[in-house]
Amino acid sequence: MSKISLKNIRHSYMDNPVDDIDWALKQMSVDWSDGGAYALLGPSGCGKTTLLNIISGLLKPSEGEVWFGDQEVSNFPTDQRNIAQVFQFPVVYDTMTVYDNLAFPLRNRGIPETEIDKKVREIASMLDLEKTLMTRASGLTADGKQKISLGRGLVRSDVNAIMFDEPLTVIDPHLKWELRSKLKELHQQIGTTMIYVTHDQTEALTIADQVVVMQEGQVVQIGTPVELFERPQHTFVGHFIGSPGMNLLPCDFDLGKIVYGGAQIETSNQLNVDNTATRFEIGVRPEFIRFADSGIPVRVEKMSDAGRFSIVETRHGEDIIKLLVPDGGHVPSESAFLQFDPKHTHIYADDWMVD
Amino acid sequence: MNKKYIVPVIYIVCLMLPIYWLVKMSFMTTNEILGTFALWPKEITFDNYIKIFTDPTWYNGYFNSLTYVGINTVISVSAALPAAYAFSRFRFLGDKHLFFWLLTNRMAPPAVFALPFFQLYSAVNLFDTPMAVALAHCLFNIPLAVWILEGFMSGVPKELDETAYVDGYPFWKFFVRIFIPTIAAGIGVTMFFCFMFSWVELLLAKTLTSVAAKPIAATMTRTASTSGYELGLLAAAGTLTIIPGAFVIYFVRNYIAKGFALGRV
Amino acid sequence: MDNRRSNKKAWFFVLPVVALVAFNAIIPLMTVVNYSVQETFGNNVFFWEGVKWFEQVLNSDRFHDSLGRQLIFTGIILSIEVPLGVAIALTMPRKGVWVSVCLVFMAMPLLIPWNVVGAMWNIFALPDIGLLGYALNSIGFDYDYTQQPLSAWFTTILMDVWHWTSLVVLLAYAGLRSIPDAYYQAAKIDGAGAWAVFRHIQLPKMKRVLTIAILLRFMDSFMIYTEPFVLTGGGPGNSTTFLSIDLVKVALGQFDLGPAAAMSLIYFLIVLLVSWVFYTLMMKNEGQ
Repeated sequence: MSKISLKNIRHSYMDNPVDDIDWALKQMSVDWSDGGAYALLGPSGCGKTTLLNIISGLLKPSEGEVWFGDQEVSNFPTDQRNIAQVFQFPVVYDTMTVYDNLAFPLRNRGIPETEIDKKVREIASMLDLEKTLMTRASGLTADGKQKISLGRGLVRSDVNAIMFDEPLTVIDPHLKWELRSKLKELHQQIGTTMIYVTHDQTEALTIADQVVVMQEGQVVQIGTPVELFERPQHTFVGHFIGSPGMNLLPCDFDLGKIVYGGAQIETSNQLNVDNTATRFEIGVRPEFIRFADSGIPVRVEKMSDAGRFSIVETRHGEDIIKLLVPDGGHVPSESAFLQFDPKHTHIYADDWMVD
Repeated sequence: MNKKYIVPVIYIVCLMLPIYWLVKMSFMTTNEILGTFALWPKEITFDNYIKIFTDPTWYNGYFNSLTYVGINTVISVSAALPAAYAFSRFRFLGDKHLFFWLLTNRMAPPAVFALPFFQLYSAVNLFDTPMAVALAHCLFNIPLAVWILEGFMSGVPKELDETAYVDGYPFWKFFVRIFIPTIAAGIGVTMFFCFMFSWVELLLAKTLTSVAAKPIAATMTRTASTSGYELGLLAAAGTLTIIPGAFVIYFVRNYIAKGFALGRV
Repeated sequence: MDNRRSNKKAWFFVLPVVALVAFNAIIPLMTVVNYSVQETFGNNVFFWEGVKWFEQVLNSDRFHDSLGRQLIFTGIILSIEVPLGVAIALTMPRKGVWVSVCLVFMAMPLLIPWNVVGAMWNIFALPDIGLLGYALNSIGFDYDYTQQPLSAWFTTILMDVWHWTSLVVLLAYAGLRSIPDAYYQAAKIDGAGAWAVFRHIQLPKMKRVLTIAILLRFMDSFMIYTEPFVLTGGGPGNSTTFLSIDLVKVALGQFDLGPAAAMSLIYFLIVLLVSWVFYTLMMKNEGQ
């Protein structure tokens, strides 16, 4: 087990990439520390799977190096990298029993049968597969099959990392919960580095210690769930994480002052007067906005109940501003004023948070 | 090219060798063919092709073949369309047995049917007409058409039918205006295979014709036996029979397996 | 095929098909049955003979010989074409423009009229002016398919392999293409070698299409007539006289209608029986 480093990785599926858009993965360097639980979060097509396949060696990056600890493995084939991977759709060997499926990766590596037996039974009990151990894998349900796929990743004690490529897509919602907590539990028991690809923020935030958010082939932020929530480094993160997402309001930057709705807005971060960006936005999460007697004038347009609080939609000119009001909180009926919490109001220049 | 593609390349070269040999001979005179062993023609001649296109006993053979193949394709596909729809959409008494019974006709050796067919079609006064061959080929082409079309139709969601009924389409209007255009590709593929299997068959076609409706294949075999070995001519005629297949194969390349496997792939 | 609605009127949909096929299948079959139990000397005069013709056919050495030849032929071509077809399918590119090129060229032999296939090989294999015959003789083989039974068998089998292996290739390839990439990736990660990938991923996924391929190749090779008839005419001697060739000789050549009819029925039943076994297997696979 060791740290995994990607150094100046870049990848294109085309032979001769010209434009920026030809790169499925834009240049990046990422370190994955040993034993960490990472989630790779982003919408479909943002390059998550590409990144995963580069780590596991199923794909060779057009540029850059892959290091495991202090060894470069860029040219190692998949089976020498000691990586386990679980795919979106369950992959089981139909002709084999559940037991043989679990034993398969070990047998291919020439491990003695007695050791295999011990390991297989240990993993089977972790995954509640003991009862079906001797049945044919082809007859199982989707979640049973996916458990086998997981198991095949977990039986190998020497793996550098286990990677999950949206493994719960085909699983029933009520079983998703169960498998998710099972995964978390297994990670704590085994302590192997885990990289979990998903487009579902709840999944990412519950499973991982560190979330890597990707968009259009680049990593926009790496951080803990709290960091992503409180200090999104990029408007995409603010918008993508949280429900509803962060309010992003185009604002003016005038002589060092941030002006929105005719008023100066106080933000957690400051802009340099000579900032040359073309576009400035204020980002503030609905959780950090409240109604007040003065502030930004808005019209209340819509209200929807979301359990313990209500989502209120208001309008200021062209902009929609959403805020959360706790149950029983007062909601003005038509015109009102809003106050932003200065500690959680950020200024973004050309989509990036300014420090 | 990659080294691992050497197997398919060798295989394709082997497949092409006999075809090349045939095409090569079609550009040679019979005397030159019989004279020496040659890898390619010394002098290219088009006489064989000219003969075929000018001599009615030859070009009528093509015409006859195309006629019965065409009739057969139309009959097979139009009869199979409603049947395939029924098999893919409805459950009815004996459906499974009927389906298998249709397949058994694909398993019937044509040799078994040669003589009774001769008698049957003589009895109904169709002997030596393109119609006789067209109908006889229905024996294996209709099951084929039903099976292939059923495969394609099963891929169309039933919701399409239901939506049309809800919208108030009468059944036939729905079938002709909506359903048939939806499976147009499937119909094209089916027609191709009906055409092909009728085109390659010889035993029944030869048995059911004598003079007026003689297919090109029969013209070839009879020429071979009567006028000695007109090899150049034979090769040119053979080359011309390969053309229809070679011509359309590109359009059905992704369905070839499906067609040969009776729509079961 | 299931979760369909029950509909009694559905029979009207299948009526044209049933009528056409019945006309072609049932009437001739009845004729055959008729002949098989009677003796005729022409003029529509028939005498009841019972199972005499069946006994005669089943006990005749001639039938045994052609059935034997047929079984050996079918056995040989199946054991060549199926593994060869699978092997070629495995080496084909999985995507890209070359796929179309391969498919189009490989399907060519399947679309050539059968008598042309026979005629083509008839010349291709001639020892003096045919490429195959000439090549074999010039590297030292004494090869002449018109004179030697062994050469004739070799040529007939080679011709059938040439003609039909592509069918197995196309079917096997269709099966291989249905395997998602994830299976190959998972196998790489599990450290599986090429043999394990074939044994545990590719072969199981090809099971269904291979059943169909074997069924079709069995059926068609068992019915083979035109190609060997044009190639060798069943000779030299009777060495390549397979069931269909023999049947046509008896029925149309000698006009022995009774024995020919009895032979037809026995022949048809054999094909039907074996095909039914495969069909059942195929449907069972499909149900999974």
